[in-house]
Amino acid sequence: MATATFRVWRGDAQGGKFQDFVTEVAPGMVVLDAIHEIQARQANDLAVRWNCKAGKCGSCSAEINGMPKLMCMTRLSQLPLEKPVTVEPMRSFPLIKDLVTDVSWNFRVKEQIKPFRPRKPDAPDGTWRMDQKDVDRVQEFRKCIECFLCQDVCHVLRNHHLHDQFIGPRFFVYTAALEMHPLDMEDRLKDLRKTQGIGFCNITKCCTKVCPESIHITDNAIIPLKERVVDQFYDPLKKLFRVFQGDQ
Amino acid sequence: MAEYETHQYDVLVIGAGGAGLRAAIEASAAGVSVGVVTKSLLGKAHTVMAEGGIAAALANVDDRDNWKVHFADTMRGGQYLNNPRMAQLHAQEAPARVRELEAWGALFDRTRDGRILQRNFGGHKYPRLAHVGDRTGLEMIRTLQDHGIHQGIDVHMECTILTLLKDGDRIAGAFGYDRERGRFKLFQAKAVVLATGGIGRAYRITSNSWEYTGDGLALAYHAGATLMDMEFVQFHPTGMVWPPSVRGILVTEGVRGEGGILLNKDKRRFMFDDIPPLYKDQTADNPEEGWRYTQGDKNARRPPELLTRDHVARCIVREVREGRGSPHGGVFLDISWIREKLPNAAEHIKKKLPSMYHQFKQLADIDITQEPMEVGPTVHYVMGGVRVDADTQMSDVPGLFAAGECAAGLHGANRLGGNSLSDLLVFGKRAGEYAACFAKEHSAASVNPDEVEAAARQALEPFGRDSGEGPFQVQQDLQNMMQDWVGIVRREEELEKALRQIPILWERWRKVSVSGNREYNPGWHTALDLRNLLTVSEAITRAALERKESRGAHFRDDYPAKDESFAKVHMTIRKGPDGEMRVSREAAPEIPADLQQIIEEMK
Repeated sequence: MATATFRVWRGDAQGGKFQDFVTEVAPGMVVLDAIHEIQARQANDLAVRWNCKAGKCGSCSAEINGMPKLMCMTRLSQLPLEKPVTVEPMRSFPLIKDLVTDVSWNFRVKEQIKPFRPRKPDAPDGTWRMDQKDVDRVQEFRKCIECFLCQDVCHVLRNHHLHDQFIGPRFFVYTAALEMHPLDMEDRLKDLRKTQGIGFCNITKCCTKVCPESIHITDNAIIPLKERVVDQFYDPLKKLFRVFQGDQ
Repeated sequence: MAEYETHQYDVLVIGAGGAGLRAAIEASAAGVSVGVVTKSLLGKAHTVMAEGGIAAALANVDDRDNWKVHFADTMRGGQYLNNPRMAQLHAQEAPARVRELEAWGALFDRTRDGRILQRNFGGHKYPRLAHVGDRTGLEMIRTLQDHGIHQGIDVHMECTILTLLKDGDRIAGAFGYDRERGRFKLFQAKAVVLATGGIGRAYRITSNSWEYTGDGLALAYHAGATLMDMEFVQFHPTGMVWPPSVRGILVTEGVRGEGGILLNKDKRRFMFDDIPPLYKDQTADNPEEGWRYTQGDKNARRPPELLTRDHVARCIVREVREGRGSPHGGVFLDISWIREKLPNAAEHIKKKLPSMYHQFKQLADIDITQEPMEVGPTVHYVMGGVRVDADTQMSDVPGLFAAGECAAGLHGANRLGGNSLSDLLVFGKRAGEYAACFAKEHSAASVNPDEVEAAARQALEPFGRDSGEGPFQVQQDLQNMMQDWVGIVRREEELEKALRQIPILWERWRKVSVSGNREYNPGWHTALDLRNLLTVSEAITRAALERKESRGAHFRDDYPAKDESFAKVHMTIRKGPDGEMRVSREAAPEIPADLQQIIEEMK
């Protein structure tokens, strides 16, 4: 049977290094299979986070040959196996151990975003009517599996560490889903501008490129939100109006 | 002395899938303090993988539907071993639970007039499944998660419970460890809700994730609760079979709901060859009628591919055994054939089944709009679980509740697709509501520190051993044994062999050693989970041996027919005073006259 070498990051918050493992490879295998194989036979304590192994839960995010990917959806046949395959944890988050990072910041950010607030039911049966075409564009955002690969690759977080001023692509998608929800009445534009840092995004589209759900993060979520913010806060007439209202 | 941090709640919910989150939201709304413990990160629980939809008689697509039809469908699917009261509550309350999700932000696919769209599914008489493409579970868990985080609920992510704690007869809390650091946590609680899901990891080929190790069932059993119906393990008929690394991953029943057909290697649509008498009148007798049904013709009967999962799975096994299977030991599931019927079939398939399209494209190099898939049965769900009161979801242990897959009763001998997500919502809510009531009516219980010490000591034992055998080998041998001897087709001598093997595996488990330290150590976690896996495996094997007939998901090669003497009998499992597992036969509750009448009317 063919073998391949996996160069896997081992370590914790104190530091670490790559360790090479040679393992057998079979047709159809994905990187997560190789990691499990190594874990079962060579390193029982190799830490890896995973659940569904079908690209639906977004747990097994890592950097494979330097690219942010889901381990369960990256097939070995797509990788050059003549040289070692590097598997590293997401580098934008603090390391817990080996391939597992502390992504709790994301969960804290979400709590700060104003929740869904629907208008009163207005159909005769006490519910709502919604058109599929109005639902379609929000459904794209709701495909998000919260793998946080977009957060991992975003330079505002990765290189500039603006975690306390910038919520990252995942939460722009989340906010867009709320803002464009046909029933939602909440206004999140002020927060987007003031505390969530939408202005820091300079639309390099790295997030869109790594999204395993192929969500058009930049084009369909971030740019429309930026437009709404501009429209609300930088339109000269509206600005003047706000001055008179005493609202900044 | 073991070190641990202590948390106190009125209600502790173990599990953060659909049932756990719904229970936590309900308990919190009742004004009690709530803690949730989850083995994974929030939003990653198994519910996220559910594809097809939530069954609820909203009657948006076919106005002939109502709770009575849903109730009768559920009972028929479960071979009338369902708890009739649970089946009634489920059918009556599911529509309100679905509408509630919409009010919390869920966006279901729509009908032309803007209401929630519903699709066909196996065993459901009318299109009944509210859905979002084929990612309904994701929509459901995200909705509950995003609503739940604003309800003042404490969430302990990546935390695993090792044992339940009692004060006399009643529940007093739970003891566990956090995965990241390996530190112990003590939870004192007036009421505990188990919502831990299923047992699929007891088998080699399963659609279930690593989390599904039967924790709730084993915890409840060791705490003195009763398990029931453990012989009924659902094999979903359509899991992926090729390539090997994806074997078992689910292919939604929605494929068949949208017109997909099952073929053997001779291209024969073999499901027409064997239609059970109970379903004869409801099943199409020609392909054309079946196609019209999937396209919404109200006068057409459903195609045989949409018979119940137990039956479809066995038909597939038959085809493979008799040499008519596909190259990799499954059969063909073809949705691409609808090209003959629809002008824009490829786009239609991608729209209706987007994640199936991507799953096959990315993992198997198959374009499902152009060619058939290879599929075969995969362990998917356990109908059995903790025996609970139908209205309150409380187990035999006062203050201990169970909801969702880890509870027994609703599904009887076989679950209908789509009835799981609705089960989570309906009974998750009820468990949360009654757990909160229980907490309000009772003062705090006290925890015995000696029990906590013992649990901590036992948990750390694998580090001190030097047996040379790690936990993964034991787990793998258990999975192979269950797959081969307690699988989809069962025989007395194989079940006996399994039963003789189990004590040997228990003995090996007592000796497993783990390396490394306590921080995020999968070897250690597997060693700890094995206790639960072994407990449920033994329960399944004993119950399967005892039911000497074939019914629903339980098929005995040596007793291939139904036996009337088992028709109203449940197998129950309890821990004996000597610590040994006891299985006994108990009479099922009588179906009340008004519900029996509904069943007769719908026949």
